Amino acid sequence: MAGGAVVKGVRFQGLREVGDPVELGERYSDAGADELVYLDITATAEARPALLRLVSRVADRLAIPFTVGGGVRSAGDAEALLRAGADKVSVNTAALERPELVGELAALLGSQAVVVAIDAAGGEVYARAGSAATGRRAVEWAREAESRGAGEILLTSIDADGTQAGYDLELTAAVAGAVSIPVIASGGAGGAHHVAEALEVAQAALLASILHADPARLSSLRAELRGMGVPLRDAA
Amino acid sequence: MKVAVCDYGAGNVRSVVAAFGRLGAEASVSDDAETVASADLAVLPGVGSARTAMAALRLNGLDEALRARATAGRPTLGICLGLQLALERSEEDGGVQGLGLLPGRALRLREGRVPRMGWALVQPGGGSSYYFAHSYAAETDAATAWSEGLVAEAAEGGFVGVQYHPEKSGAAGARFLRECLSRV
Repeated sequence: MAGGAVVKGVRFQGLREVGDPVELGERYSDAGADELVYLDITATAEARPALLRLVSRVADRLAIPFTVGGGVRSAGDAEALLRAGADKVSVNTAALERPELVGELAALLGSQAVVVAIDAAGGEVYARAGSAATGRRAVEWAREAESRGAGEILLTSIDADGTQAGYDLELTAAVAGAVSIPVIASGGAGGAHHVAEALEVAQAALLASILHADPARLSSLRAELRGMGVPLRDAA
Repeated sequence: MKVAVCDYGAGNVRSVVAAFGRLGAEASVSDDAETVASADLAVLPGVGSARTAMAALRLNGLDEALRARATAGRPTLGICLGLQLALERSEEDGGVQGLGLLPGRALRLREGRVPRMGWALVQPGGGSSYYFAHSYAAETDAATAWSEGLVAEAAEGGFVGVQYHPEKSGAAGARFLRECLSRV
């Protein structure tokens, strides 16, 4: 999300507006999404109250779990999001700048509510929505995040993001193999076979671009995946 | 129908209130022992960690209100950590004494990825999946349903505890909550 709307680009560039966060969330929920992730990539202190209102609207309408990230810099920020109705918070840049934050969130909210989002290109972690190289290896940062109390890793390959050419399986397998918490693969989904591949190495797969273009496609994708033997719940 | 959702720490209780609201019940969040004691249905949601949660429950006398409901056989629902707190003990935080509404204890998960996150089948349960997010699970003689070998539901007297989050489990979760209301 940016400026209160859902946006999507390719490799974190060229963001296009694709819709209203609550309305899209409802469509995905109706189409069988297991959970939703809302990342506010332009989060600012001034936009905080609007984000909290949005979270409450989503929580009041949807009966599936959702994660909210963007601009979480303290345990207080995270607590406010959960109070507003988020199930999990996602931290990225703030945790890279001050890794103790992960432990503080886990102590207050429990690890199950703490997602550490990692954006990586060429195996290296990038901060600030993919714009700042950190010199850290994704595998090592994931390991540290786990040891500090993260409950999940949301791993986005900047190389694959928005390309619809398949997830970065090498990166995903390396990170999933390095930690014993669940890993959500993100970036690159273009079809059911990509999702099936990702679920071979990760515990969950995130889809954005291909659904934003056609939200109704989610239910046929799920049916396709079930047909391929991927165990997905029957959302009815 | 009045539903009181215990407020005792940091976490998402709004979704529990919203889920009951969608079913037409009058649900509200409360840290007041009287309100919890007199509600048609009391809900102990799962937020935070076992030690902090028990301390907060004691602080407001919610522990006694919940025990009194159990003794009287009045409907009470525990969700996730709410189920674990209802047991006699939890292994979490170096060992914590629970409410003792259910026999048994909460043990750290030792297999698979922890926390255990995501949707899983509950049996018996008509083939429906529910959303789980936990690092501890109940070991209890009061278990009534399981998920992948772990206790998913347990009940004794008026208390029903579920390890999953019915408020986050879509249509299946809503059916479960409707059933809870219908038993009141």
